[in-house]
Amino acid sequence: MLEYAYYPGCSLEHTASPYDKSVREVFKALGIGLKEIDDWNCCGATMYMSVKKIVGYAISARNLAIAQNMNLDVCAPCSSCYTILKKTNRHIQWDPKERAKINEALQAANLSYDTIVNIRHPLDILVNDFGLDELKKHVVKPLNGLRVAPYYGCQIVRPHHGFDDIDDPQTMDHLIEVLGGTPTEYSSKVRCCGGMLMTTDEEVALKLNKNLIENAVDNEAEMISTVCPLCQMNVEAYQDKINSFCHTNYNIPIVYFTHLIGIAIGIAPELMGLDKLIVKPEKLFAVEREALI
Amino acid sequence: MGTNNKLTQNRTEEDLRSAFWGQVNSFPEGDKIKNCLQCGTCTGSCPVSDVMDITPRQTIALFRAGHLTEILQSRTIWICASCYSCTVRCPVGIRVTDTLYALKRIAIEKKIYPDNFPVYALSKAFVNNIYRYGRNYELGLGISFFLKSDYKKLFKNMGVGLSMISRGRMGLIPKKIKKIDEVRAIINKANQLGE
Repeated sequence: MLEYAYYPGCSLEHTASPYDKSVREVFKALGIGLKEIDDWNCCGATMYMSVKKIVGYAISARNLAIAQNMNLDVCAPCSSCYTILKKTNRHIQWDPKERAKINEALQAANLSYDTIVNIRHPLDILVNDFGLDELKKHVVKPLNGLRVAPYYGCQIVRPHHGFDDIDDPQTMDHLIEVLGGTPTEYSSKVRCCGGMLMTTDEEVALKLNKNLIENAVDNEAEMISTVCPLCQMNVEAYQDKINSFCHTNYNIPIVYFTHLIGIAIGIAPELMGLDKLIVKPEKLFAVEREALI
Repeated sequence: MGTNNKLTQNRTEEDLRSAFWGQVNSFPEGDKIKNCLQCGTCTGSCPVSDVMDITPRQTIALFRAGHLTEILQSRTIWICASCYSCTVRCPVGIRVTDTLYALKRIAIEKKIYPDNFPVYALSKAFVNNIYRYGRNYELGLGISFFLKSDYKKLFKNMGVGLSMISRGRMGLIPKKIKKIDEVRAIINKANQLGE
């Protein structure tokens, strides 16, 4: 049986709770084990690294030190956590002196990080470990050709994480096809949503997100699917602001890729927090209802 | 400009320069910055270079010309959204994003910031949150940043905040991890160990 250590990350507790719920439900329905890392802490994100690097890596490594005793790969759904945890591993492997410093800091909490724990994104796990052929067998409510723009954003493919192409990734495209949807071909699939700029320099971020939505809609997307909490929040929760700032009138649902899987394999929308989205994914609900008749 | 002023300026620049070399040698492939061709691929790949006062390519050129103070006073390093496009496209493998993080650390250590763009305050608020709770407290982080930078933004963002709160997607009360003492001990120890 496939099994992973689960590192939800801070966003999945709040703004991205629909992501957390859908990951847990989909893994459960497919029989993939998911054990939450006990009492995990924040990975430090980009922000800790810009204040004090060694502290950032040390607190990130606390999670890995706890996870190493579970003897499982770590599943990290947030693109930012995914990148930071991977960077922590890379840093530790790069220089034995840095590794010694990080372990010295961990020692203050009676912890040590001796092996290297694999960090995996659930998209990678579901498509490459579980497999699309296997997933296809579980599809009971195919997406009826629903046109979904796969939005990968930045930190799931960059810097060089290895499981997909940095400029034209295909993993989510193939997934959408297997679920019975039609992946939108558009050029912005790995363009940046602005990340924290939505807080620090809003106008810049609003324009980036407007360009992204425009590109997806111009290529006939009915919905956008994401893999990252910050992307989802920026494109969805700020859609009203994007519209008033850019004089547009978009109302496109932004779901997590796990929602598409969940609906297709017959999980109830409320169990996955789909009712908590701001722009209701009506067409996804329609898939769910029609198949019931 | 008086001679004394110039001397002080040179000393500051020298000091920043040595801090910068220390920083770029403290992460994998940081020293590849020496190989910069000034081709501009970083700037061309950057989704926000059009709103930077100094582009990523110019940042490296200014460093070579001995103008680190000017770089730290620019908005550039605080605008970077960490998309890593420059990093993966650089033909000589310069870790541009990591280099900008290194510059942020120097800016915070030396307290040299751009005018009217207090993004460093967000990083500081974040760091305080982690020490207090062990996890990020999104609502508190947003509020403390807006209060520090421009309180009017607090009102402008209230709509988004309320719509998230009403859907249970924004916690009102911060969650503290059980073993917060562990996180604090690690932070305290690591703080003594270097940059």
